Parts: sequence; C-alpha cells; structure tokens
Amino acid sequence: MRLSVLNGSNLQFIMSPRVILLLFAVLLSLGFGLMNGSLPLSPAEVWQALLGQGENTASDVVWQLRMPRVLAAFACGGLLALSGVLLQVLLRNPLADPYILGISGGAAVGALGAMLFGAGMSVTRISSFSGALLVMSVVFGLGFRQGERNIYRLLLTGVVLSAGCGALISLLLTLTQGEQVKGMLYWLMGDLSHPEGLVMAWFVLLLAGLCASLFSGGLDVLAGGVNKAAALGVAVDRWQAGLFFAAAALTMMALQLGGNIGFIGLMIPHAIRLLGFHAHRWLIPLSVSVGGSFLVLADTLARILWSP
Amino acid sequence: MQSLLRLQALEANNLTVEIGGKTVCRELDLIARPGECWALLGQNGAGKTTLLRTLAGLHPPRVGRVSWNGMALAAYSRRTFAQQVGILLQGEVGEFWGSVQEYALLGRFPHRNVLLGYGAQDEVLANQALQQVDLAGLADRPLDTLSGGERQRAAIAQLLVQQPECYLLDEPLQHLDLRHQAQVMQIFSKLQAQGGTIMMVLHDPLWAQRCCDHVLMQYSDGRVLHGRSQDLLTRGHLEELYQCPLHEISVAGERCFVAGV
Repeated sequence: MRLSVLNGSNLQFIMSPRVILLLFAVLLSLGFGLMNGSLPLSPAEVWQALLGQGENTASDVVWQLRMPRVLAAFACGGLLALSGVLLQVLLRNPLADPYILGISGGAAVGALGAMLFGAGMSVTRISSFSGALLVMSVVFGLGFRQGERNIYRLLLTGVVLSAGCGALISLLLTLTQGEQVKGMLYWLMGDLSHPEGLVMAWFVLLLAGLCASLFSGGLDVLAGGVNKAAALGVAVDRWQAGLFFAAAALTMMALQLGGNIGFIGLMIPHAIRLLGFHAHRWLIPLSVSVGGSFLVLADTLARILWSP
Repeated sequence: MQSLLRLQALEANNLTVEIGGKTVCRELDLIARPGECWALLGQNGAGKTTLLRTLAGLHPPRVGRVSWNGMALAAYSRRTFAQQVGILLQGEVGEFWGSVQEYALLGRFPHRNVLLGYGAQDEVLANQALQQVDLAGLADRPLDTLSGGERQRAAIAQLLVQQPECYLLDEPLQHLDLRHQAQVMQIFSKLQAQGGTIMMVLHDPLWAQRCCDHVLMQYSDGRVLHGRSQDLLTRGHLEELYQCPLHEISVAGERCFVAGV
C-alpha cells in the first residue's frame, strides 16, 4: 500500500497566506514573550542572547527566566487546545473543553487539600495528579459501560463531578486561614511561574500532536456522528476510549504545568474553525500553535501590565 | 454455482431483532445475492431502519446472525467491512463544517492510503459522484448551506464514492424532487446491473415495482414476508401491509397503488 504524507493540495495549503500569517504570529508571540518583562530587552539583545553572545544580564534573563516560562506557557496552551479539539470530537458538543469532564476539578481538590495540610510543592503536585486521576477513572467507569454507546452519560458524569469538585473547592477555601488562601487562589487562577516537567510536557505535546494529526481523517469522520463513522469503517468504541484517555492525559499535563487555565481549550479550536480550517489535519496543528502562542501572549501581558 | 452465489451474498440466518423492547423481525432467513435489488416495505415504526442497521452491523441482533460473503459480520474489521458494504443512513448528516466535496470525500475513508488528507484519485471519484447526483456546481459550498434534498444527494454521493459491493439504503428518496428521485433510482439500477447487491427502504410501491426484483415486507408485529416482486406487490398484500384501502390504477402500462380514504 502506498502511503504518502503530503499530496499536492496539502502543499498548496501549507503555503497559503492564512497559514503563513498564523505561523508568523506564533513566532511574534514567542519573541514578544522573550523581550518583555520587568526588564525590557530590545529585539537585538534577545537575538544576541539567543545566539549565546551579548552581555551576561540579558543572557541570564532570556535563558534562565524567560525561556522556561515562555516554553511552559506555549506547551500549556498547546496541550489545552489539543485536548479541546479531541473532546469536541468525542463529545460532539461545541461547548466541550478540557475541564468539562471534571479532571481539573479533581486536580484542584487534590492540590488544595494538600495545601490545607501545609504540604510542600512536590506533595501538592502528586496530590493534584492523584485527584485528577481519580476523577478520570470514575468518569470513565461510569460513562463507558460495556456495549453502550451513549456519550451523553459521559458528559453528564463529568459535569456532575465537576460541580461536586466545585463545592469541595469552596469548602476547602473556607476552611483555610489567612495567607494560605492566596496560594490556593493562585493555583486556581493558573500559575506559570514554577514550570516543572517542561521537557516531558513538550514531549507529550509533540507526540500527541503528531499522532492526532495522523489520525485526523478518522477524527473528521467521527465528528460527523458515530453511526456514520462506524459505517465508514471507524471502530467507534476504541476511538472513543482512545480520545478520552488522550484528552485526559493532555489536560492533566497542562494542569501540572500551569494550574487551572480556562478558555483556551474551548475557544482556540473554534477560532481556528471560524478562520475556515475545519479538517482536523489543519485544525490540530493550527490549534496547538495558536493556543500555545495565545497563552504566551496572555502570560507576558499579565507579567508586564501589573508587574510587581 | 449455487454455492458461489451464496458466498458472495448478504445473508441473515434465524435473525431476530429488537429495539426498545419491540421485536421488529422474528426468525428471518434471507439471502440477497449480487445483482439483486431488494425493497424493504412497511409502515412507519415497523422497524425497517433497525433491520437495515442490523444488516450493516450497526445494531446487534437479539438472536441469529448476519453474514457477508459467507463470513459473520463480527469477524470483519470495521474498515474491511466498510470497503465492501455501505449504508446510507437516514437524516444523519451530523456536524460537518466543510464543503460538499470534502463531505463526499469522507466516503473514501475506508479505502484511504494517504496519511493526511486524500489522494488525487479520491478527488476524481468524489467529483464524478457529485456530477452523478447533480451537485458538481455546489462542490465548494459549505454543506450546511444546502437544502434538505441537496444534502440527501450529497450523502448519496458520499456512498457512491465509498464504492461498496453491497448498498444498504435507508429511504434513498427522502426529500428528493421527482426528477432527482428518478435520477437516483437510475444510478442504483445501474449499480445493480453491474453486479451490486442493493437493499433499500422505500415508501412508494411504484419504485419497488420498477427497480426491485425482490420485496421484503415488514409487518408491525414482527412478521416478515419476502419474495419476488411480482408475487408480493399485489393489492391484497399491500393493503394488509399498510392497513389501508388502496386503489389500483394503470398509468402508461404500469400498475400504481394510491391510498384510498
């Protein structure tokens, strides 16, 4: 069987002005993130620092402070956007986002619970990961029963657990005293200042992005309805389980990286669709790159507009 | 010869199908061979769609089994099966934001050998199919801006692009105007002449009489009657099936049945 990755129309498409413009915007946002902060740097200074020349302060700021943060923001945004795309296919619901299945709620309850007992950073991380994993297992266990193909139950289970976690979060916040509340609120708002597992996150992002792109034809078919997809040769049950676990893993990764960041997973895929990219082979790479740069931009603006 | 024909057929053995506690057919045995065209007739809610979906492997039977080319459906991978048996679903266009041509191209999915997107040959097939159903001029329009009848024809184009050997059609004529009804039936008659196995849900006995050599009548109580068209398409059988008095008229040498009141 002949397998080719690119055909003529694909190449033509990659060279289209819209795609080039979007990729340019991605580079611009990365540059913007590296230049701005409490110590503004000129493009020339950033460029020299990147090349390993230039003076020490600029080099340190770029390599030690800003690069990890920009890379973390990009990976986090990309993970969330990709997770959103996959969930919108799985749940066949335009309002689906990475948090709809309650995974972020579980992570938040885990993290805040650990903070309440004064746990350190690493214990908090492990606890939030366990919370997310627990919620994910419950949603999967209740939502996917053998031989029943009802995606609404999955959706409702997720929404119910989300609401439950929301109540627990409020409870944890009221039980907490003074300064600790601030730390918790930072976590809930999303916090990119302590990126950990950056290499891992990028690895997961690239791998998942590549796999999802290679499976994009099936995603196109699946988005048109499960019966049609089955009639066209998609093994629907396996695909749904795969999509669920992929989206959950991506969401957990993003939560570990940047806490609870909303909006991107829901809106970026829709924005890309509004620009006219419906086919998943374009929707996926563009959502990842635009989602990533959007978060870099947002994070940079948040740092410079109200810098301490 | 007989065994060879049997091998290349869609076959149901002792098939009992239920949906929502209702039995839509009981102990059904049938063999649809290449070059045959079957009409599925029955009242609304008799379970024609459910039976068709069972034959396509989309609904599990209560008892019995369905096989294609001598092999049970469960033994096929969905992809291999989709290369050989295609189904036109009723009213499921789903969420699709792309163009009419992109929609037709999805029919190539089970045959696809390009990792990203579709090959040039696939696009040729899609364009040919759109031409056949009179949609060539709308190929670049977003699917969701089409009328009901146009969407139905786009779905038919998608099925043609799939190029199966067996066509299961759930109300292929729904939403179609007279001209396109005739056009679509001609397309499937041609496929039948080329050796395709065709089974379609119809509501007009006239089309069954013109295009189908076999008829399967599904009664509301789960009884099923099937046989050759000329034996079953009579006023008596149809009145019993539809529970309604019928007038038989003759137009240009053809028998037509019209509902009486």
